[in-house]
Amino acid sequence: MSPLLSIRDLSVAFRTDTGRAEVLHGLSLDVGAGRTLALVGESGSGKSVTAQAVLRILPPAAEITTGRILFAEGAQPTDIAALIPDGAVMSALRGQRIAMIFQEPMTSLSPLHTIGDQIGEALRVHTGASRRQADAETREALARVGFPDPARALTTYPFELSGGLRQRAMIAMALILKPALLVADEPTTALDVTTQAQILALLRRLQDETGMAMLLITHDLGIVANIAHDVAVLYRGRLVESGPRDTVLRRPGHPYLRALMRAVPRFDMAPGERLAPIRAARAEIPPMDRHAAPAGDILRVEGVGKSFVLRAGRLFAKPRIVRAVSDVSLRLAGGRTLGLVGESGSGKTTVSKMVMRALAPDSGRVLFDAGAGLADVHDLEGARLFAYRGLVQLVFQDPYASLDPRMSVRQILGEPMEIHGVEPRLRSRRARDLMAMVGLDPAALARYPHAFSGGQRQRICIARALALNPRLLVLDEPVSALDVSVQAQILNLLKDLQAALGLSYLIVSHNLAVVDYMADDISVMCRGRIVEEAPRAALFRNPAHPYTRALLAAVPDPSLDHPLDFAAVTGEASDPDRWPEPFRLAPDEAGTMRAIEPGHRIRVGAAHAREAA
Amino acid sequence: MMERVGGPGHFVDTGPFDPDAGDPGRGEAASAWRLFLRRFLRHRLAVASALVLAALYASVPFVEWLAPYGQARRNGDFIHAPPQGLHLFHDGRFVGPFVYPYRAELDLQTFRRDYRSDRSRPQPLRFLCRGDGYPFLGLFPADRHLVCPPEGGTLFLLGTDRLGRDLLSRLVYGARVSLIIGLVGVSISFALGLILGGIAGYFGGAADAAVQRLIEIVRSLPELPLWLALSAALPPTWSPLWVFFGITIILGLLDWPGLARAVRAKLLALREEDFVQAAELMGATPARVIARHLIPNFMSHLIASATLAIPTMILGETALSFLGLGLRPPVTSWGVLLNEAQNLAAVQLYPWLLWPVVPVLVTVLAFNFLGDGLRDAADPYQ
Repeated sequence: MSPLLSIRDLSVAFRTDTGRAEVLHGLSLDVGAGRTLALVGESGSGKSVTAQAVLRILPPAAEITTGRILFAEGAQPTDIAALIPDGAVMSALRGQRIAMIFQEPMTSLSPLHTIGDQIGEALRVHTGASRRQADAETREALARVGFPDPARALTTYPFELSGGLRQRAMIAMALILKPALLVADEPTTALDVTTQAQILALLRRLQDETGMAMLLITHDLGIVANIAHDVAVLYRGRLVESGPRDTVLRRPGHPYLRALMRAVPRFDMAPGERLAPIRAARAEIPPMDRHAAPAGDILRVEGVGKSFVLRAGRLFAKPRIVRAVSDVSLRLAGGRTLGLVGESGSGKTTVSKMVMRALAPDSGRVLFDAGAGLADVHDLEGARLFAYRGLVQLVFQDPYASLDPRMSVRQILGEPMEIHGVEPRLRSRRARDLMAMVGLDPAALARYPHAFSGGQRQRICIARALALNPRLLVLDEPVSALDVSVQAQILNLLKDLQAALGLSYLIVSHNLAVVDYMADDISVMCRGRIVEEAPRAALFRNPAHPYTRALLAAVPDPSLDHPLDFAAVTGEASDPDRWPEPFRLAPDEAGTMRAIEPGHRIRVGAAHAREAA
Repeated sequence: MMERVGGPGHFVDTGPFDPDAGDPGRGEAASAWRLFLRRFLRHRLAVASALVLAALYASVPFVEWLAPYGQARRNGDFIHAPPQGLHLFHDGRFVGPFVYPYRAELDLQTFRRDYRSDRSRPQPLRFLCRGDGYPFLGLFPADRHLVCPPEGGTLFLLGTDRLGRDLLSRLVYGARVSLIIGLVGVSISFALGLILGGIAGYFGGAADAAVQRLIEIVRSLPELPLWLALSAALPPTWSPLWVFFGITIILGLLDWPGLARAVRAKLLALREEDFVQAAELMGATPARVIARHLIPNFMSHLIASATLAIPTMILGETALSFLGLGLRPPVTSWGVLLNEAQNLAAVQLYPWLLWPVVPVLVTVLAFNFLGDGLRDAADPYQ
C-alpha cells in the first residue's frame, strides 16, 4: 500500500546574518494511511520544522530548499512543497485534510470566543454549514473527545477549562473536518502525567474510529512505545534511524538511539544502576568541601498550611480562599534525598517556597538544623537568617530564566560569595573550582549565559547554588525543562555531588521516574495534602494509595514490555471524593495518616479510621 | 550515506556519530551589550538616522562657524529676498561654487521688491574666511566662518526674512536651541519617570496606586492649554535664556508619565524573573537587586523609550514657539522661525519662510527611526 504522506529528500534552511543555515538535511520518511509515525528528537533536531514544512507554516526566515512532500489522498498525489504557502490549494488542505494540534493548549485557543464558536468556525468556513448544523456536529465532536457535558461545553470559554479539557477541545477542533492526517507537535508535554495518559488514550481511540494517520512529534520514548506504529529518529536535522516501532525499540541500530535509551530513567532499573548519559559531565570535586552530615534530621516540616486569597470575580462578591497546602509534614535526614511528588496544583511548589522562606506558612513550622540543633526557619532574623540564605539553596526549573543574561558566568558564580562577603581573591579561585565541579571548562567563565545550552546552564545554576557550601539544596523540577538526552547527565552530576559533599536534597517533581532514580524517601502530594509517604523501594514495590497507583500507572515506560493500561486511565484519581473506601475523603475532610508497614504511611478517611479504632 | 537494514523497513544511518560535535557552549563570548549593538547595526535605517543625528548634534557647538551670517545680522537692502541659486558653471566654464548678485528694484505698483539676478557677474564664495564676529564656544572672540558671502555680495541660499536676515544662518542657529531643548527636556522627564516609575514598580501596593493615579491625572489634562497656561505664567521680565530653561522644564514636567509607565511595566516583569528571585534567596538586599539585576536589564529599553520621547519635546517647543508663547526673540529656534510663517499672506508671497519645517521633520523622523531600531535591538522577540 502506498503511504499517505511521503517526504522525499526534504531540506529546509534558515536565512541568518551569516548566510543560509540548513536545519534539515535531505529528510525522507513515510506516514502510512491509518498509522502513527512518531518523530523523535531533542530540541534543535528539526522535528518541529518538519511538521511546519508539512503544513507550510514555516517561519518567514525559513524556506524549503529541496525535496518533495507528497500527500497522496485520492488518485493524484499533491506535492505540498511546490504549493504557495498561502494559496487556495494549501489553505484547503490545511485544516480540512491535514490538521494540527500544538503543545500549548491555552495559547492555541482564542480567549474571547466560546469553545463552540471556535470549533464550529472551521466547519462553517470550510463546508458552509449553518450555525445549527455546526453546533450539532460540534456537540458530537466534543462528546467524542470525552467532554463530560458537551452541550454546556459549547458555551464555555477556554479559561474555564482545565489543561486537559483544553487539549481535548483542540483535538475536537482539529478533527471536526475528519482530516486524513493529524500532525501533533508535542501534544502532551505541557500536561500532567495522568492527563497525558488520557489524551494518549483518546488519540489512539480516535485513530481506530476514524482511520486517520498521525505524525506525532515527541521527545518522550515512553509515548513512542505506547502509541506509535513507526518511529523516525532525527538528530541534528538528519534522519538517523527509522522503522516499525518494535524493531526499532527492541534492536536500536544507531548509537544515538541506543545511548538515548540508556539515558532515560526507567522503573525497572536494578538497584544502584546508573544512567549512562550521552554526554557525560566530567566533574572534578575538590576533596575538602565535604560536610559531616548531621546525625538526625536536617529538615523537618511540621504540619504547615498555606491559603491564598483570590480576588473576587464579581463586584462585592466574597473573596475566594484557596487552601494550597494543608497540614503537610516532611522529614529529611542529613545527607539523604526526599522526593516530593505531585501534579500541577498539588501544592508541592508552595511547600518548597516555605522551606526556602520565600513564603510564610499560615500554620505549622519549618525546622532546619544548621549544626546547632533544629530551629524554626521562620523565626530566624538578622545574622542567622542571612546564614540560612547561604546554607539552603534553590535550583530552579528553568535554566534559561534563572541566570541574569547581562552577567558573565564569573559574575553569576561570584554573586552569592560577594553578598556573603567572601574575599575577591578567594572568589575567583572558588569560581574556577565550581566550574570544574560541574564539569564545565573554567575558561568559559568569561562567557555569558546565552552561549550555553540548556544542560550547561543548569550546571551553572547548580554551581551557583554550591558556591557558599550549602547543606541543603531544594531542587524544583531540576530536569523538566531539559532535553531527555541531558537529563541523565544532570541527575548523575547531582548524585555525585551529594556523595562527595554530604549534601541533602529536597527534590520536587511531577516525574516519578526522576524521583525514583534520585530519592531515598518519597512523599506524594495531592490537593495540598500528603497522601502517601514511604521509602523509595516500598513505595514502588507496594503503592497503596489510589492516587499513587494512578500516577504510577500513567507514566509511559519506554520499554515495550510495560505498556500503559489505557483502560485504567480515568482521570478520577485526583478527586478525593471519588477515591474508594477506605481512602475516600469528603470535601474539606482531612483524614488521618496510618502506617501500613514501617515508614510507609497512607492517608485514610476519618470514618474508616474510627471504625478501625 | 550508507544504509543498513536491520529488519524489514528498518533504516539505520551508518554515518559517523560524535555526541559532542557541535555542542553549544563553545559559542561566542559576546556580552549582552555587544549582541545589542550587533542587532542594532543590522537596522540600516536606524543606523543612518543615528549618523544624521550625530552630525546634527556635533554641529551644535560650532553653529557660529557654520553659519555664513550672524543670527541677528540684518541686510536692510534685501528684505524678503528669495533663495539665491548656487552655481558651479558660468558660460560653460567651471568656476567653482558661486552666486549671481541680486539687484533689488521696488515695484511701484505693488510696492514689492523684485530681485533680479545679474547673470553676467559670477561671485565666487569664500571659504574659511573672516565675517561677522562671535564668541567662539562662548569663550574667546572669533570671526572665522566656514563659508562667507562673496566680497561685496550676498549669500542667501534659503532666502531672507522680513528684516533681511539670512534664513539658512538662522536655521543653523535655531538647531542649537531646538536640539538642546529635546535632550534637556528628556533628561528631566527621564529622571522623573525613572524615580516615580521605579517606586511604583519596585514597591507596588499603595505607592504603585498613588503613582498610577498621578499619571492618570497628568495624562487627562489637555496638553496644549496646559502648556499655554504654564508658559504664560513665566514672568515676562525673565531674560530669553531663563525663558528657554523655563520652557524646557515645563516640557519635561509634562512628559514623564509615558516613561514612568515604561519603567514600571518593565520592573514588574523583571521582578518576577527567576534570576531576581534567586538573588533575593541568596540574601541580596533590595539595593543590590535594583543596581545589579534590574537597572542593567531594563536600561536598554529605557534608552529606546527616551529616544522616542525626544521628538515630542522638539515638537512641543516648536508648537509653543509657533503660537508665540514659547521662546522669544532674540533666541532663535525652529519654532520661533516658524512663528514668522504664521501669516498666510506672507507664506503665499514668500514660501521659503516654511523652510524650518524641513529640519524639524528630519530630526523627528530620525529620532523615531533610531528609537525603533534601539527598541528592536533591546527586545528581539517583539
